[in-house]
Parts: sequence; C-alpha cells; structure tokens
Amino acid sequence: MEFLGWDQVEAGAVLPSFEKVSCDIVDLKQEDRDYAKTNSYTASVADWRVFKPVFNRDTCIDCQNCWVFCPDTAIISRDKKMVGIDYDHCKGCGICVEVCPTNQKSLLMFGENEDNDIALANWPEKTKKEK
Amino acid sequence: MSKIIKNLKQFSTSNDRFEGAHLLCPGCAHSIIVRELLNCTDDNLVIANATGCLEVCTAVYPHTSWDASWIHIGFENASTAATGAEAMYKALKNKGRLKDPDKPVKFVAFGGDGATYDIGFQFLSGAVERGHDFTYICLDNEVYANTGGQRSSSTPIGASTTTTPAGRVSYGNKKMKKDIVAIMASHGAPYVAQVAPNKWKDMVKKYQKALATEGPVFINAMSACTTEWKFPSNETIEVSDLATDSLVFPLYEIEDGHKLTITYRPRNIIPVRDYLGVQGRFKHLFKKENEYLIDEMQKTVNAKWELLQKREEAGV
Repeated sequence: MEFLGWDQVEAGAVLPSFEKVSCDIVDLKQEDRDYAKTNSYTASVADWRVFKPVFNRDTCIDCQNCWVFCPDTAIISRDKKMVGIDYDHCKGCGICVEVCPTNQKSLLMFGENEDNDIALANWPEKTKKEK
Repeated sequence: MSKIIKNLKQFSTSNDRFEGAHLLCPGCAHSIIVRELLNCTDDNLVIANATGCLEVCTAVYPHTSWDASWIHIGFENASTAATGAEAMYKALKNKGRLKDPDKPVKFVAFGGDGATYDIGFQFLSGAVERGHDFTYICLDNEVYANTGGQRSSSTPIGASTTTTPAGRVSYGNKKMKKDIVAIMASHGAPYVAQVAPNKWKDMVKKYQKALATEGPVFINAMSACTTEWKFPSNETIEVSDLATDSLVFPLYEIEDGHKLTITYRPRNIIPVRDYLGVQGRFKHLFKKENEYLIDEMQKTVNAKWELLQKREEAGV
C-alpha cells in the first residue's frame, strides 16, 4: 500500500488495522497477527527516547507490574513471564522503573547510546535498608 | 462472557488490542486506562472516540493504534455515535440480519473531560436518559490538554492553566470542580463509578461490571497529565497514588442511582498538601498569601469523604 499525501486523502478515510477482516484477534498473540501497514504496531517511536530502560532477567520476579502500567504496550510478556522491552514502541517515560518492586530493581534507565551488555555488567548492588 | 481475571500474572496473558507507537506523551495515563479496558474483555468492541488527546494521538494518518472497530467523531457526540451504533445493532438483530447474532458486542465511548463535562454534556445526558446499552468512559485530566491547557469545568480550584494563570492578582482557577459522578448518578444510570489507573484491580473489576451491566454506564477515570499537571513523566503512578490516598479522588461506585459503595479505603490518609506539592500547576499555592487555600481544600476533601461514608452507611 502506498501512503497518500494529506491533500489526496478522501474525507472519511478508513485505516484498516489488519490485512484481512479478522474477528479472533483476542486469541492471537501480537507476533502472530497479520498487521496492515496502517497499524501503528508497524511504526516506531524509538527516536523519542533520551533514556532507555534496560531489563535484568536475574533479579526479575515476574510480578508484571511493569506490563500493566506501561502506557506504550512496550513490555513484552508471554506465558506469565517477562520477556523484554519492545524498543520500537518504548518512549522512555520511566514508569516501569518506578513501579518495579524488587531490590535491586530489575529495570533501570540508562542513556540511549549506552550498550545493553555494558549496562547489565555494571548493574548496581542491592541497596541496604536504612534502620 | 466476561473474562475471569484473578491476579496480575494471569491478566498479563491477555493479548493487547491497543498498539504502541501512538503519539500520546511519554507517561500519559490515558493509554494505561484504555489498554486495561481492551484487555479486560474478550468481547468484540465498537468504540466511539470524541475529539481530544486520545483521539488525535491514536489515529494520526497513516497509522491507527486500535485493533477494535473505532470511529472518530466530533467533540460533543461520542455518546451519540456509540448509542446510534447500538440502536442499529439491535435493529439488525431483531431483523435477523446479523452474521453471528450470539457473539456479544459491547459499545464504548471515550471522551476527555472537556468532551464530557462541558461540550458533550447534553448529548451524554440524552444518551443516558434514552437508556441505551453502552459504556461511557471519561478520561478526566482536569484540563483541555490537547489544545494547550485551557481550563475546563473539571479543573480544580487553585490550578494554574493557560486561561486562568496564577500571578500577582490571581491564584489560578476560581471555580470548584463539577461533581460529574453525582450528576450522572442522578440520571438514574444503573452503574456509575470512579476509577484511577494506579488501582488496576479495582479498575478491571469496575470495567467488567460496567460492560456486563445492561443500560447506560458512566465511568470517570482520573488520568494524570504529565504535561499540564507539570510533573516528571515517570511519576504518573505515584501522583495517582497520592490522589487516591489523599482522597482528592476517592474511588467509589453508585448502583441504580443511589446505592453507593466505597471500593478503596486508604490505610494511611495523607494530607492534600502532599498531593499538591508534587505538581507544578499548584506550586503558587505554597506562597504565603495563598496558603489558606490549601486548608480550605483540605476541608472540602474531608467534607466530601464524610458525605460519601454517610451515604454508604445509609444506602441512599
């Protein structure tokens, strides 16, 4: 499908979400769906980010707080397990880091240009509770 | 058939129907509220969306973020569009012209606080009065955020907005917030409730009840706005926590226009001052000459909470 310019679009335009008319999308996982080019799933807002969240599997307890509070559907969670972050859709708001309950946090914000492996290697130590 | 959601882990197996890469601000609570509505049910949905932040940001040509039938309609008539679709659906069902008549379809309308409290109010009132089977969800961010932060009749007293700026002579908005929940309840709607994004379980429960209820349902959802309330984007949930714990935004539901139930009682009630302190729109209230307003607000909040508790006890 070719994208039209703003003056070529007819009034009352329809944007299809899927290639075919589909009624069972509730049963399909996102990666199995037949998205049309006009679905924003195919777009990216990665250039909005200044800081990015990095996910550390070692401390994660799969509580899914980050999944429920993510405004951008950018936390990938499959079979009750946290899988990772969808860097195409994440805008770097930092809500997931704030709601993460573990000590040390399983999600932390790093600069956009930092390498994920280096960030994981330098993960901060557990903070002690002040008495 | 409504989905049974026992805990967050089970809820997280839902397949999202609200896609990312919409253009809402980072940290916007609108999408948290909308995502949970789309995730809490397996039914097909027909959604009408009034003009506002949610509409302009989720369907920017050439992309749409909705995996459900969705229509953009004018500022005032989201409720009318949803009820019209519902009437059509009923008519086709009666004539036997539906392909799959047993599959349940739910009708939902979204509107911002401007579209609900001010511009779309008479349409909403009419839709509820006619008794259509639909759910109206107001995303209440207490300001016209889409057009640059003008005051709406949902803006609380003392808030600085672009049309009621705080300065040497003014302390900001001078009018009290309209009690939309009480207004909608007195229409005799079978179910009216208030939700906040930080209490996801309470929210999902109310959504499921709303979708299962036959007849018009109104839900007022508090939506913290990082841009106009002026707090950092990662504090959306904390600010919502402060709003519900300081009882500025109490969570309750009203059935059949009179039976009030408080669904969330904070363990430690925090002072309103803490809630105001984290937001830039209230920072002028902490000047010496405006401090009396904070005490007045605390009194109003206390009186409202007293009233809610009394109403719950009496059941009227």
